[in-house]
Amino acid sequence: MAMNILEMRNITKTFPGVKALQDVSLEVQRGHIHAICGENGAGKSTLMKVLSGVYPHGTYDGEIAFENETVEFKSINDSEAAGVVIIHQELALSPYLSIAENIFLGNEQEKRGWIDWNKTNLEASKLLARVGLKDNPITKIMDIGVGKQQLVEIAKALSKEVKLLILDEPTAALNDEDSAHLLDLIKHLQGQGITSIMISHKLNEIKAIADEVTIIRDGKTIETLDMHADQISEERIIKGMVGRDLESRYPDHTPHIGEEILRIEDWTVYHPLDHGRAVVKDANISVRAGEIVGIAGLMGAGRTELAMSVFGHSYGHNISGKVFKNGVEIKTNTVAAAIGHGLAYATEDRKRYGLNLIEDIKRNISAAALEKLANLGWVDANKETVVAEGYRKSMNIKAPTVEALAGKLSGGNQQKVVLSKWMYSNPDVLILDEPTRGIDVGAKYEIYGIINRLADEGKGVIVISSELPELLGICDRIYALSEGRITADVPREKATAEYLMQYMTQERERDHE
Amino acid sequence: MSAFRSALHYLAGQLREIGLFIALIAIILFFQITTNGITLKPINVSNLIVQNSYILILAIGMVMVIIAGHIDLSVGSVVAFVGAMAGVMITQWHVPWWAAIVLCLGIGALVGMWQGFWIAYFGIPAFIVTLAGMLTFRGLTQIALQNQQISPFPDEFRALGSGFLPDLGGGTSPLEPLTVVLGILATLLLTVQGIRQRAARKKHAVEDEPFAWFLSKLIFTAVLILLITYLLAGYRGTPVVLIVLGLLVVVYSAVMHNSVFGRHIYAIGGNLNAAVLSGVKTKRLTFLLFVNMGVIAALAGLVFTAQLNLANPKAGDGFELDAIAAVFIGGAAVTGGIGTVTGAIIGGLIIGILNNGMSILGVGTEFQQLIKGLVLLAAVAFDVYNKRRSGVR
Repeated sequence: MAMNILEMRNITKTFPGVKALQDVSLEVQRGHIHAICGENGAGKSTLMKVLSGVYPHGTYDGEIAFENETVEFKSINDSEAAGVVIIHQELALSPYLSIAENIFLGNEQEKRGWIDWNKTNLEASKLLARVGLKDNPITKIMDIGVGKQQLVEIAKALSKEVKLLILDEPTAALNDEDSAHLLDLIKHLQGQGITSIMISHKLNEIKAIADEVTIIRDGKTIETLDMHADQISEERIIKGMVGRDLESRYPDHTPHIGEEILRIEDWTVYHPLDHGRAVVKDANISVRAGEIVGIAGLMGAGRTELAMSVFGHSYGHNISGKVFKNGVEIKTNTVAAAIGHGLAYATEDRKRYGLNLIEDIKRNISAAALEKLANLGWVDANKETVVAEGYRKSMNIKAPTVEALAGKLSGGNQQKVVLSKWMYSNPDVLILDEPTRGIDVGAKYEIYGIINRLADEGKGVIVISSELPELLGICDRIYALSEGRITADVPREKATAEYLMQYMTQERERDHE
Repeated sequence: MSAFRSALHYLAGQLREIGLFIALIAIILFFQITTNGITLKPINVSNLIVQNSYILILAIGMVMVIIAGHIDLSVGSVVAFVGAMAGVMITQWHVPWWAAIVLCLGIGALVGMWQGFWIAYFGIPAFIVTLAGMLTFRGLTQIALQNQQISPFPDEFRALGSGFLPDLGGGTSPLEPLTVVLGILATLLLTVQGIRQRAARKKHAVEDEPFAWFLSKLIFTAVLILLITYLLAGYRGTPVVLIVLGLLVVVYSAVMHNSVFGRHIYAIGGNLNAAVLSGVKTKRLTFLLFVNMGVIAALAGLVFTAQLNLANPKAGDGFELDAIAAVFIGGAAVTGGIGTVTGAIIGGLIIGILNNGMSILGVGTEFQQLIKGLVLLAAVAFDVYNKRRSGVR
């Protein structure tokens, strides 16, 4: 009992019409790293919002004891005062303020209402040292990468004398290197007596640093596993999350590869603001009908930039190079032209670039090919519904009707809407940028199935992903991208994570020498 | 029981739409009682429509601009500018009235192209461009009029603002026959259209609104139109401008609902980035949107000038604010992506009836402003509250 820093007992939280949490209990031992995992929509984030006072006491049933005392947090301020700090998946930093200002935002180092800048920057430096960040505290947030921004968030939490740190998918936006650094830091903070709760989809990370893992499914706690006691395998955790044995994480697929369908030659793209910097340099890639081609690269390697610049010059400056479709050169200068030539690009950021969240499913699905439903500029709304309904069924989009708002769907279902949109535009080549980011294991499997189906229909599919196992699991061929250059073209048989990583980091090391 | 409950659930989803209608009816009833029945007298209803027509016309263009996530502050000045040009053309250049109307609509299009260019292709926020337009076109108005008023206008031109369709009863029948025929025709058309749409949705197996709700909406609309018909027929018949307004509402509702152009407007307002990556030609769309707004503002300017029989350097002052208020009372979202033409019309009517009723009651303009301000705030607050409760966004 005295060992537990946190006990949440029988938490039940209802939203109109939905029971988001049902009798959930969670015990976290002092000084441990406690992972929480579960499919999207399982209730992990809701549980953390209950804990941190985002949902104030009284809006849920059940009891929370923190450091053996019953607590009733009414707001985030209450929970932070007690030493519970939550770091959300979307970082809450102001880009135009300095690191130090961000750390002490809302908690300013002041004297009678005037900010003490010396103290602010000095204290910030000390906190930065604790998280292993060497940057000057007066650097603006917009000038540092996402990985460092995550560390600033943690420094900010430390400034509040955190006892229990909650991290919601902390590595979702980080590359492998930054992720490893962050995990080390969490481990390091554990040594200083800070307890952490980490929500994560990445099972290897959970395996690497968590002491316990609690699995939540459909708003209920399924089990808490002691990661030290037995050999808890990733498969074991997945079984708990999806409630069934997942025989394979990747569906079987026999490729039927035809002629080359798209080739990109000597593609060079410069940064839209920093015109001297080449983001993509002399890239050559091709994809054949029925082939699934992967692009592997660390964050900042230029993966999204390559894809978006090809797709209607949506990114970049002074773009040069040639695009060939079925051997004939085509121009893809505008998105409409790219779509017209049979290209499709499903973005890595569904909410910002992929969907109109305040519009319903059917209008999102028809968005890229509205003219297919239109006669002389007038849309046939009934046909639109029929089309959308067809995709809702075939793609297994979980929503009562196609008139449900896209913003109300879970990540996996939103992704299926995005894919439906591009499937309806009937492209020959699909570029899928991080198609399974932020999606739970079950839905991932479905997405892989859809990708295979698209390839079997004779389309060329290009998959960009940060997760190497995913690329290794589904691709017929993988390009390694490093600092905007294609460094390797690896067939499936030769591809291993180590082999790819070697090329993904190649250029970078040469630069350091 | 469960059918009843699902009906209730459905109605809760339509709360905004219902709320707007209930508010409109409540306001009408309130003034009907407090003004001892003057509000719904035939002559007052006729005046209400005629005197608010230009704000309602502006609101149609404005709601489209606001759905797209922009704003237009220049429409009041454009109304004045077009009125001035109409005056100059007709009285000084002796251009025939019909040609002046066509030319003025053309001027509206040019105004829209000018502003649309800076907004769409140059990337200056609409707020700034149209604020500049508000000043420039006011200045051009004063230059064109040399700070004088122009009056009078020919009768044919004035008919656009204050004329009525010919009285087929020869001024003797208690109900003007043409108005009665038009009213019944409009009711029939709307009813048939409603039933056909429902049938089509059924055929395509779309889950539809509960039948009782459909029926009550249909009956409500029919009764409303017939009531207005009855009242108008009891006075001087159908105002010309009501026909203009009716056509605009029907056409633009259809455009916003079912045309590729209208859909793309909702798409760029809802998520500009996603629209760009879906192949929507956002720049051209924004440009056309402002051209459309310019033409509509020009039309409002013609109606207003015709009604007053006067081109005035100070005309249209503050119209942009009334039109914007109408749009937001009508349920449009400040962030774009949400709004309807009918909502904007009802919002405009609410403002119009408040103006009219308070004037009859002799409420001073200072209190009229105060009350209108609070109504706008309350309407938007209700919206925000509703959205938060339903958890959208």
